[in-house]
Amino acid sequence: MAVTGAILVLFLVGHMAGNLKSFFGAETFNAYAEFLRTMGEPILPRRVLLTVVEVVLVAAVVLHMWSAISLARRAGKARPVKYAAKRKSQAGGYATHIMRWGGVTIVLFVVWHLLDLTFGVVNPAGWDGTPYERLAQGFDPSRWWVTLFYVVAVVMVGLHLRHGLWSAFQTLGLASSRSYRPLKAAAAVVSAVLVLGFLAVPVAVMIGVIK
Amino acid sequence: MGMNLTLKVWRQKGPEDKGRMVTYRVEDVSPDMSFLEMLDVLNERLILEGDDPVAFDHDCREGICGMCGMVINGVAHGEQVATTTCQLHMRHFEDNAVITIEPWRAAPFPVVKDLVVDRSAFDRIIQAGGFVSVPAGSAPDAHSVPVKKVDADAAFDAATCIGCGACVAACPNGSASLFTAAKITHLSLLPQGQPERDSRAVAMVEQMDAEGFGGCTNTGECTAVCPKGIPLDTIARMNRDYLRAAK
Repeated sequence: MAVTGAILVLFLVGHMAGNLKSFFGAETFNAYAEFLRTMGEPILPRRVLLTVVEVVLVAAVVLHMWSAISLARRAGKARPVKYAAKRKSQAGGYATHIMRWGGVTIVLFVVWHLLDLTFGVVNPAGWDGTPYERLAQGFDPSRWWVTLFYVVAVVMVGLHLRHGLWSAFQTLGLASSRSYRPLKAAAAVVSAVLVLGFLAVPVAVMIGVIK
Repeated sequence: MGMNLTLKVWRQKGPEDKGRMVTYRVEDVSPDMSFLEMLDVLNERLILEGDDPVAFDHDCREGICGMCGMVINGVAHGEQVATTTCQLHMRHFEDNAVITIEPWRAAPFPVVKDLVVDRSAFDRIIQAGGFVSVPAGSAPDAHSVPVKKVDADAAFDAATCIGCGACVAACPNGSASLFTAAKITHLSLLPQGQPERDSRAVAMVEQMDAEGFGGCTNTGECTAVCPKGIPLDTIARMNRDYLRAAK
């Protein structure tokens, strides 16, 4: 969970930074999208490095899900008889207790997100549109429900990371009693920055800052 | 003035019995009674009435042996922080309260009877490596083997684990990580524990998994209910020792 999660967090940071390019106009954003395909050239042919990144990401997602499913199955086997009383969380931490449902929400979102902005299947600008057109038309005010789904999913990602980020350090044995406070604070800050960074773009499209 | 309580207690005749919740009324309970004394009062009455008393584990009744433990209103050892069930007093409950009492729920802790569970799985984890093989002799002269104060304190804190099993009962995953980590930590911080540090971590973690406990997802529920307040960083240390040994 920790290692694959770390790969996915690094991806999210890059993805968010790339999204913010849309504030610099269509040309910059489309040029950035083109760069992603040409990076590594001329040593590597077009799209090779991007494909490598994509393969690593898919592998990370699959292994992350596999770890989560095996943990959930082990947990189910370890407690065949449930408690009659509703178990009250003593540790607090809402984020901790929605990791699995949060993960399911995120996976469903990623499927939609790829169909929408990557393949354009459910996007008004379609496959032939430029990345910027897909972005601007995808989050058009008339498609407010798409934006709403996006917001819910991004908030879910933030909650997922609030627990996941410090938890990865704990799993890898890198945390200690002295580092919990800074680790949890850093997890909260990174999650908040990612949520705000990801929400800035669709909100800007909705209120017309990005046209 | 006594308290009147409604208890919903898990009754199970034996390991093969399906078991069910049974409701009892207990009257005129003194707020100064411990939770176990309150159950003693119920049991005296059940015996007089010719019923089977509610079986529960207990021994020292001063919070240091680790025998007692039950899930009270969904919380292992009840909601009082850092308290074993025997040290939990009835003054923390409201008059006319309804109290649900269940055994630790985990496949590796099968119910023997009512609220008594078999915790031999913990013994087997200790047998797998929770010891020092070399004869360490009597206590050495102070300063002959220097141990850092922080390490001595952390080792001692970990060694206060009484093995009650509340960590397993509270964990949403039914994991025994806090128990195993406490035992690994208290040995791996001291000089006597060093020669077997790697093999111990691997053997104990593997035994823990073999017993059928769940995996740790760092929810922190274990340390929150632990009557001895074993800290979560023991689990980080266990993971560190395990990864180091596995390299």
